[in-house]
Amino acid sequence: MTGPLLESAVPQNEAGGRRILAVWCACLAIDRWRLTLGVAAGEGADATPLALITDTAHGPRIAAANGAGLAAGAQPGMMLADARTLCPDLAVAPADPAGDLAFLEKLAVWAQRWGPWSALDPPDGVIVDVTGSSHLFGGEVGLLADARRIFARRRLTVRLAIAPTAGAAWALAHHGPSDCVLHAADDPVRRLAELPVAALRLDDDTVTLLKRLGLKRLGDLHGVHREALVRRFRNRRSASANPLIRMDQLLGRVPEPLLPVLATEAPLVQRRLMEPIRHRALLDRVVADLSADMARVLEGQALGARRLELGLWKVDGEVVVRRLEVAAPSRDPAHLAGLFGRKLEDVDAGFGIEMVRLRASWTEPLALAQRDFEASAEVNGTSLAACLDRLTVRLGAEAVRRPVPRASHIPERAQRWQGPLDPAKTVQSEFEFHARPVKLLDRPEPIGVIYETPDGLPRTFRWRDAVHTVARAEGPERIAPEWWRERSTARLRDYYRIEDSEGRRYWIYRSGVAGDGRGGVPEWFLQGLWG
Amino acid sequence: MLTFSPRASRAPQTEASLPSAAEVASPTRVAEWHPGLAVAGTVHVEIFASPDDAAGAALALSFALDHVRTARPDPLADAPDERAWLWVQDREALRRTGRPYRPGLPRSLRHRLVHVAARTPQDALFALEEGLRCRELAFVIGEISGNPRALDLTASRRLGLAAEKHAVPLLLVRLSAQRDLSSARQRWSVQAAPSPAPRWNPAAPGTASWRAELFRARRHPPGTWILRDDGVLVAERSAATVASEAGMTPRLARSAQVYLPQFRASRERGGQ
Repeated sequence: MTGPLLESAVPQNEAGGRRILAVWCACLAIDRWRLTLGVAAGEGADATPLALITDTAHGPRIAAANGAGLAAGAQPGMMLADARTLCPDLAVAPADPAGDLAFLEKLAVWAQRWGPWSALDPPDGVIVDVTGSSHLFGGEVGLLADARRIFARRRLTVRLAIAPTAGAAWALAHHGPSDCVLHAADDPVRRLAELPVAALRLDDDTVTLLKRLGLKRLGDLHGVHREALVRRFRNRRSASANPLIRMDQLLGRVPEPLLPVLATEAPLVQRRLMEPIRHRALLDRVVADLSADMARVLEGQALGARRLELGLWKVDGEVVVRRLEVAAPSRDPAHLAGLFGRKLEDVDAGFGIEMVRLRASWTEPLALAQRDFEASAEVNGTSLAACLDRLTVRLGAEAVRRPVPRASHIPERAQRWQGPLDPAKTVQSEFEFHARPVKLLDRPEPIGVIYETPDGLPRTFRWRDAVHTVARAEGPERIAPEWWRERSTARLRDYYRIEDSEGRRYWIYRSGVAGDGRGGVPEWFLQGLWG
Repeated sequence: MLTFSPRASRAPQTEASLPSAAEVASPTRVAEWHPGLAVAGTVHVEIFASPDDAAGAALALSFALDHVRTARPDPLADAPDERAWLWVQDREALRRTGRPYRPGLPRSLRHRLVHVAARTPQDALFALEEGLRCRELAFVIGEISGNPRALDLTASRRLGLAAEKHAVPLLLVRLSAQRDLSSARQRWSVQAAPSPAPRWNPAAPGTASWRAELFRARRHPPGTWILRDDGVLVAERSAATVASEAGMTPRLARSAQVYLPQFRASRERGGQ
């Protein structure tokens, strides 16, 4: 098994292809238990046999055991009573699978320090897409060494592997030698032939079945005619029960839905800091430097950033991510750094930030343009896009919007709000048979109206504790409910354009007609205001 | 009724920034405000209005339209001026008078609106200032409710300076506000006025009309007009208002005469 796998010092040829880093936290539950107690491996409470147990219907069952416990004979999956007969002084602690999963989720986000994309591999693994980012760590071997060092510092036992597919990386991490790299030029069929069939991420029943069939290694599967295997497993739809699907995923013949489909590389710059920084001024300096780096990268590719993600990796294993979207593609360092300045106000540096990375996850083509954005803004005013960016960053994207028409007869549905520079959909131009008010209340306000029943003109109405006498009125303009969208009990509306004795103009409606069978006495609402 | 159409009887407007003492003493000689210079030259206008109707916002829109219509087009531009415009509302103004409604906005402006719903008056002032510093905005309309502490004389002066520097007109509607200190170049107080009867249906509401009082302006004497937007901004002065203002003029002139020597004396003392 170790023969071909250890020849990992071949020259690297990473042209094309995806590179996946698989991280397997081999004893995650025990590591977490140690971290909670603050003891090192083999010391203190960890020196004696210990098992983490879960309560089942048949009594406590062992979920994980520490080194001493394993040596004493306590195996995961064993009943606690059986283990106690082998090792009477076995200590127990409750297992915490929910806590493990939450920890793993945070770990998956944190593991993006090695690549911009990561996924959970429950129950105890993380998969990171390191395509195009290993050069930041001095190659893939350097990346693995860096990862091993950092995981050791966090006192997590991990096994790592890098391979072109998630399946191969998983297999090598779980069943291969430690820290091995499967290069794109290697033949995975030959290099992975010695791994056991359990490396295919199959469920236990299927592994047992394959063993009964005498297929113990991956190489054995290649020895069998594919048609025979297809017939044997034709009813197995799920990937984890079908070794053929898993084998194809491992070899990269079928795409695995776990991975992102787009193979574009987001421009990425980062700074690793000699000393963890804890002060805002230094962080601003780093962000300004990163913005300048990013501007250089983007300028080289004639791109402008639409969305930027700033990741701050902290010493204590936390990661803070700040996202920013700009209205039009931009790569002006001062502008981008200034926008991030507001977003960084609530960052808690904790024990310090050791790595800062800026990633442009959404870019658009942007030709070379004028420089000195800020200086010219002082003299000539800012551009609309820059103005909108500043407004959006301070007030939020929901606050800065533009009305666009929508095909609907219901007045409040006839306009929609969207981002100020987003392209508007093409709609049929609105019919202008009827006058519409300048302003519309967000929620029509109920008013008390004296009118000629059942459907005459309003005479007087009371709104906001003031009585208005209607001097002139025009109406009704009847707007029926949109039956294809609304419930059958929605009532029609009769709109009146009115002017009171002082000349104030309002748009009021009566909801329903008396006797329409959709409710009681019609109610009146004030919805719009004219100038 | 005396009617001023926008282009007729335009008084020769001098670019002298301050009116001379003689003009202050006899207000009839100062150029009277008329449509067409609604915003020209003055880029910071405050309009006091009630929060229970949309007269303030509608008058601001009419002033903006008047400004857009009378603006001299750029001879070098090959496309018509289709710049966006900004409408900033604080939360209270939004709650009381509602949101802009696109189908009801003037046809030439409705597709260019950018609306900002600010939570606090501070945010609204920030948005206004950012808008004024943007060269790609045609004008900025603000609606601020009450007399927030943030909108003091300093903030008002800041807005005015930004508007003048970048030549972006600011029309600030103050809803249910006291007439506090401000550096606005024109300050109006507006309320709705009964509209003229439409020709074809006299029982229906007509063209929106406003009774607008110009109570402080830098270059014009105060006055009250009935304003209306009939494709162009039309200002009418009823005979009653003219007579009442004419009746007040001698008294104003007298008070100015009494006041001016003291003013001069104090300046001379200050100068020494």
